Amino acid sequence: MAEALLMGAVAYDPKVVTIWNGFRVWFRAHGVPFDYVLYSNYEQQVEDLVAGHIQLAWNSPLAWLRAQRLAAASGRTVRPLAMRDTDRDLTSVVVVRREAGIGTPADLAGRTVACGAVDSPQATLLPLAHLAQLGVTVTVRRFDVGVGLHGDHVGGERDAARALIAGEVDAAAMLDATHLMLGKESTLPPGATEVVAQTAPYDHCMMTAGETAPADLVDRFAELLFGMSYSDPEVRPLLDLEGLTAWEDGRTEGYRALDAAVDRFGFYGPGGEVTMAGYQP
Amino acid sequence: MTAGQVDLGAVGLDGGAHLLLRRALAPLRPGDRLAVLGTHPALRVHLPAWCRAEGHRVEWPDSRGAVIIRGAGRDGRWLGATRAGAGTQGAVVDRPPARWGLAPRGALVEEGGPEPHFDLDDRRLVWSEVAPRLYAHAAARQWDPATAVPWDEPFSLPDDVEAAVVQVMTYLVENEQAALIVPARFLGRIHPHFREVVQLLAVQVADEARHMEIFNRRALLRGGPLGTSSAGGRASLFTLVEESDFALASFLLSVLGEGSFVDLLEFLHHYAPDPVTRRVAWLAGQDERRHVLFGVAHLSEQAAVDPGLRARLRAAVERRHDALRDTAGLNDDVFDALVVMAAGSWTPEAIEAGYRAVQELERAMDDGRRRRLERLGFPADEAAELSALHTRNFM
Repeated sequence: MAEALLMGAVAYDPKVVTIWNGFRVWFRAHGVPFDYVLYSNYEQQVEDLVAGHIQLAWNSPLAWLRAQRLAAASGRTVRPLAMRDTDRDLTSVVVVRREAGIGTPADLAGRTVACGAVDSPQATLLPLAHLAQLGVTVTVRRFDVGVGLHGDHVGGERDAARALIAGEVDAAAMLDATHLMLGKESTLPPGATEVVAQTAPYDHCMMTAGETAPADLVDRFAELLFGMSYSDPEVRPLLDLEGLTAWEDGRTEGYRALDAAVDRFGFYGPGGEVTMAGYQP
Repeated sequence: MTAGQVDLGAVGLDGGAHLLLRRALAPLRPGDRLAVLGTHPALRVHLPAWCRAEGHRVEWPDSRGAVIIRGAGRDGRWLGATRAGAGTQGAVVDRPPARWGLAPRGALVEEGGPEPHFDLDDRRLVWSEVAPRLYAHAAARQWDPATAVPWDEPFSLPDDVEAAVVQVMTYLVENEQAALIVPARFLGRIHPHFREVVQLLAVQVADEARHMEIFNRRALLRGGPLGTSSAGGRASLFTLVEESDFALASFLLSVLGEGSFVDLLEFLHHYAPDPVTRRVAWLAGQDERRHVLFGVAHLSEQAAVDPGLRARLRAAVERRHDALRDTAGLNDDVFDALVVMAAGSWTPEAIEAGYRAVQELERAMDDGRRRRLERLGFPADEAAELSALHTRNFM
């Protein structure tokens, strides 16, 4: 076990077991002694990564930022390894009912905006920071589903959308892809909503290496990750479940907006301490 | 430089526009550019989200529309795909692999996925060239028990003749129950590649379900309780249900058992004392002939390529005979009921004639079994010997 490369992942859905069991078999067949542990929330995972209890963490964007802050505060480093092709250039939108007469972000001033869980980058932190940056002050109605999962659970966005359609709120914030999905599943009836604000593109999850990870093993792990091919019938079902067609380099410039939002709302302190009031993963 | 252009009109990606995009992207190569026009208000939000999930990139060079830079995306899914079957039409192969699983024969099968274990996966053991034709015939001859039998046609029988009919019907329901279970147990073991065999057996199961219904309904038509079920009869039938080898079960059930039943149902059709009994015997007889045909056909094809088959068939008959040596065989009540039906009345002359008719039936059954055994390649003397070892319970 001493040589095992241990990765943390958050159990936001039962499929996580299928995914990482499958990857575990695949990595081991390719000579990397990979194993994983599951966490109920990202905060514990990040703390364990920085403390060296695990060598890798499949991090949400928020978890990546906290890992960086925690590591820096204790004189350590974390390394960005890889992200999914689908983690790049996401946007969040604020949508309103079409007949509501809200045509610009400024029209939202003083109105109620529904958002996802307190710790959701895409459904809370980024869209609310975007509105704040535009100088629009709104009343926030949060739908705290799956707190601690950093928005991996779509339930909060769906509840916010339902509240919008029911007329309980004036607007709802969500990921662009969630807006499309909720339209397809008719939670948002076709033509019933329109987008009134959209953030700039940002990036999502990051495979993160901790300082205690043996460099050669991590390099081999990353090499295998980038070598996973969608045409390989063994990994294709796992890639489908994890929602990607290819792994790409882990780039960090796509986290700037979220980093600023974390500071704006005081979500984490400079040293990575959890400072958000009422946030209990 | 764009390689193509697609106009989505006012259709959104939450309303089917992805079909137009996929169709336009299909002939392009990774790296090719596709210009996208469209007026749906959420296009600017949904198109990048859709492209991200599909493995493409999107740019907005000007206000008129977007350009998709085609990625390899999910093309890899079909790289290693092969047809489930031989040639482009997917003809029947000798040994379909487990990985084809439930894929229809002839379909293009994505690699990966479950590999269900269908142990009957050898063409020689399962397939018959006549199966597709027999299935088509079987499907065309399905009848509705509610309307195919003249249930309301008036008739009246003496009580003891009615009781004889009820006894025979009771026996038939019991036997058809076994005839239903036997193919049903093999259905889930046959590789789906041999589709027509599965279909044929499925119809056979449905046939037996209807037979059980019409025999049971005739038994209860005059309100009487059902007749008797003997331990010996049930023991005989249970040896059929227990047989786990497809060829042997098919041999014992279809070639010998249902073969004998065809004669029995002809007998009942001939001597039926009422129109309902006559009709139910005739309907079931038509189906049973088809079951026998398939059994004989696939076993004779198998015997032609497997010289050891006949020895195994012989051993199966002997084993079953030994297992039933100490049982009574045919329920006495059934034998007597057949005599009464054929006699039609209780005069000594009529009973004697009825008895002769049942003896004649047993001879006809024996003749039929020997004929079918010879079709499977058994020499006449061996066929006679094996036919004599067949259960006294007929089925």
